[in-house]
Amino acid sequence: MTNQNHIDRQEFNITVYTEHQVGLLNRIATIFSRRKMNIESLNTSPSEIEGIHRFNIVIHETEDVVRKLTRQIEKQVEVLKVYYHTNEDVIWQEMALYKVPTDVIAEKALVERLLRENGARAVVIRKDYTVFETTGHREETDNLIKVLQPYGLIEFVRSARIAIIKGSEGFNRKLREFERAEPGSESVENEYLNSREKIFSM
Amino acid sequence: MLTQEKQTPELLEEKKTITGSEAVIRGLLKEGVDTVFGYPGGAIMPIYDALYDYCDKINHVLVRHEQGGIHAGQGYARASGKVGVVFATSGPGATNLITGLADAMIDSTPLVCITGQVFAHLLGTDAFQEADVISISAPVTKWNYQVTDASEIPAALAKAFYIAKSGRPGPVLIDITKNAQLQQFTCGEHVPCDHIRSYRPKPIIRKEYIQEAAALINQAKKPFVLWGQGVILGAAEQEFRQFIEKSGIPAAWTIMGAGALPSDHPLNVGMLGMHGNYGPNVLTNDCDVLIAIGMRFDDRVTGRLDKYAKQAQVVHLDIDPSEIDKNVKATVPVWGDCKETLPLLTELIEAKSHPEWLQKFREYEAQEVEQVIQDELFPASGEMTMGEVMQQLNELTNGDAIIVSDVGQNQMVACRYAKLNHTRSNITSGGLGTMGFALPAAIGAKFGAPDRTVVTFVGDGGIQMTIQELGTIMQSDVDVKIIIVNNQFLGMVRQWQQLFHERRYSFVDITSPDYIKVAEGYGIAGKKITERENLRSGLQEMLTHKGAYLLEVMVTKENNVFPMVPQGCSVSEIRLK
Repeated sequence: MTNQNHIDRQEFNITVYTEHQVGLLNRIATIFSRRKMNIESLNTSPSEIEGIHRFNIVIHETEDVVRKLTRQIEKQVEVLKVYYHTNEDVIWQEMALYKVPTDVIAEKALVERLLRENGARAVVIRKDYTVFETTGHREETDNLIKVLQPYGLIEFVRSARIAIIKGSEGFNRKLREFERAEPGSESVENEYLNSREKIFSM
Repeated sequence: MLTQEKQTPELLEEKKTITGSEAVIRGLLKEGVDTVFGYPGGAIMPIYDALYDYCDKINHVLVRHEQGGIHAGQGYARASGKVGVVFATSGPGATNLITGLADAMIDSTPLVCITGQVFAHLLGTDAFQEADVISISAPVTKWNYQVTDASEIPAALAKAFYIAKSGRPGPVLIDITKNAQLQQFTCGEHVPCDHIRSYRPKPIIRKEYIQEAAALINQAKKPFVLWGQGVILGAAEQEFRQFIEKSGIPAAWTIMGAGALPSDHPLNVGMLGMHGNYGPNVLTNDCDVLIAIGMRFDDRVTGRLDKYAKQAQVVHLDIDPSEIDKNVKATVPVWGDCKETLPLLTELIEAKSHPEWLQKFREYEAQEVEQVIQDELFPASGEMTMGEVMQQLNELTNGDAIIVSDVGQNQMVACRYAKLNHTRSNITSGGLGTMGFALPAAIGAKFGAPDRTVVTFVGDGGIQMTIQELGTIMQSDVDVKIIIVNNQFLGMVRQWQQLFHERRYSFVDITSPDYIKVAEGYGIAGKKITERENLRSGLQEMLTHKGAYLLEVMVTKENNVFPMVPQGCSVSEIRLK
C-alpha cells in the first residue's frame, strides 16, 4: 500500500502535561489507536511539580495530523497543556542496556575499546554476563547493537525517548506558578484491592 | 405488594452521617435533577434503595432496557436543555449504555450516567457482573470516573455535572463500587463545581479574529452561513437571528441545527448535506465567504473534502478549538461560545441584503420543488409517501410539535420536511445514526418538555430495535405520538442497494409484527392507515387522543429520498433524481 503523504511525514515529539489520574493513559492512547496510528515511543513520568505528570510521545506523521492530534489530546479534561515539536526543536535521549557474555569481553580487548568509543559503561559485571548502558540518539544506540552482535549479544533493551524543548523559556516557573495558584488534588487509587479476604460481600 | 415505609424528608435532611448512595441522591437534588431514567440491578441496588426515600422529589422512569434509558436521557436533555441522568447496574447494564454514550458524545448531549460496580476489592477479578466500564466507555465519554470510596462521591458528582453541561457538552459516566454506595461517611454541604484547573470549557475570545471575520463578511459579494447545533447548545438563537437579519446572508442548517431559525424565515434556505436541499449544496461551491457557526463540517455535510468550497474564504465560529481546521481549513477562526462571539460580530458587520444572491437559492428551490418536493409532499396518485405524512402532520401541528425521528429514510424525510417553529424541536441521532433511537428519545423528550406535543417519526426497522420501550410508555403513562412509516424495507439501505449495488436487495426486506396488536398489548391506542383518504383523520385522531397513540402508515415500498449527494461526490454534484 502506498502513502502519498509519506514524504511529509517525520518524527514529532509531543509533550503532554497532565493531572496524575487513573485511566488517563488509556484515554490518550485511544486518541492514537482510533486513527490506527502507532506510537513510536511513549514515556510517562512525574514532572518537577508534584501531581503534574509529563508524557513524551513520539510519532511519525505529518504536521497537519500532529496538530489535530494535539488538540484532541488537549481536549481531555485532565490534560493541562500539549506541545509538539520536531526533532530539531528538542534535545532528546534514549537509554539502552546491552547484556553480553563476560568471557568474551574479558578476552577481547577490541570489544572494550568499542564500548569506550561508543560511550558505554558497565552497570553490572557477573561471571556469566556483563550489562552495559549507553544513552543517545537512536542511531547511536543502534550502532552499538551492530557492534556487539558478533560478540554474542544476549539481550538488548531500549527506553522510551525523553525530550526537553529547546525553545521553552521558564516552563518550570510557569508550572510552579500554576501549581501555586491552583494546587492539584491528590489522586485516588483503590485501597480495597488487598482486602479481599477480610471483606464479606454478596 | 409488601413495602417498607419511607423516611420523612425532614429526617433525611438532618442526617450528617449518610451512605454513599444517599450522597448520590442528595447530590442529584442539589444539581436540580427532577427526572432519572434507569434500570435497577444488583450492583446499583443501594442507590435504588436510597432513591426510595426521595421518590416524591425525583421522578424515576423505569425503562425496559438500558439503551432505552440512555436514549431517553438524551431526548430529555435535547428537549429541555438540562442534563439527562441515567442509572444502570454493573456489567451488562453498564455496557448497554455504550451506544447511547457514543451517540451523546458525537451529538454533544449533556448526560450524567451513574453505573453501579462490583465491590472495590473484587475489581479485576472477573467477579459476577463485572465489566471494566471505565476503559470501555473512555472513548465515548467526555469524562468518566470510578468511585471506590463514599467520600469521593459529592465532589465527583459535582464535577460530573459541570463537565457534562459546560463548554461543548457531552456525556459523563460515574462508576460507583458497591462498597462506596453502602459505606457510611460524614457528608458536608454539596458544593457545585464551577472550575477545574486542567479544564478550559471555553477558549478565550480573540477580538482581532472577530474584526478579521467582520471585514471578510463586509466585503463579501456572495456570503453564505452554515449553522449547526452549536447555536442551540449555546442558547444563542436570538443572537444568531440578529446576526442573520442584520447581515442579510442566506443561511442553511445541518440536521443538528434544525429549528434554531424557524423553517419559514426568509433567510432560511434549507438543509445541507447528503439529502439536504439542492440550492444550499450547489451554492456552497459558489459562495465567496462561508460562515460556519457551531457546526463541525461532518462528512455527510461536506461530501468530498477536496472539492468542498475551495473558492470560499471560511470563517468558522466554534467553542471547541479542535473543530477548527479539522476538516475544512478556516481563513479566520473565531474561537468561543457563539452566544458571546455572535453579538461581537453582529456589532461590526454592515447591515446589508443580498437580493440577487438570495434569488439564486430561490431558483434552485423552484427546481427542487418541481422535480422532487411536489411529488413527495403532494403525490397525485399511487401509494402514500413519507413526505406527505409529514406534510399533513405539519398542517395539523402548525410546526409547534417536537419531532423525534429515527435513522434512515424516515429521518431524512422528517428533517427535510418537518416544519419547525421553535428551537429544540428536532431530535434525532445526527452523528452516530443510531437506529432505535427515536422511541426512547421521544419518551425522554416528553419528560423534558411536558407541555409540548411530541411526535415520533420512525421506520419499521428502527421501531423494532427498541420496541420494548412501549412498556415504559405504558407504565409511565407518557403521552407520545408514534408514527411508524412502514415501507416494509430497511429503506435507506435498500435505496443504496438500488442506486449503487444493482438492486441486489440483500437482507433489507423486513417483516413487521401487527403493530396495532402489539400496542394494544401494552395498552396503547393505535390505528393502521393504508389509504390516503384516511391519513389526515388518522393523524387528527392521534393528535387529539389523550395519551400515547401509535399510528402505522403504509407507505410506498421503493421510494427514494432525493436530492442526494452520492458517496465520493462533491456537494455541487447533488442529484435531483
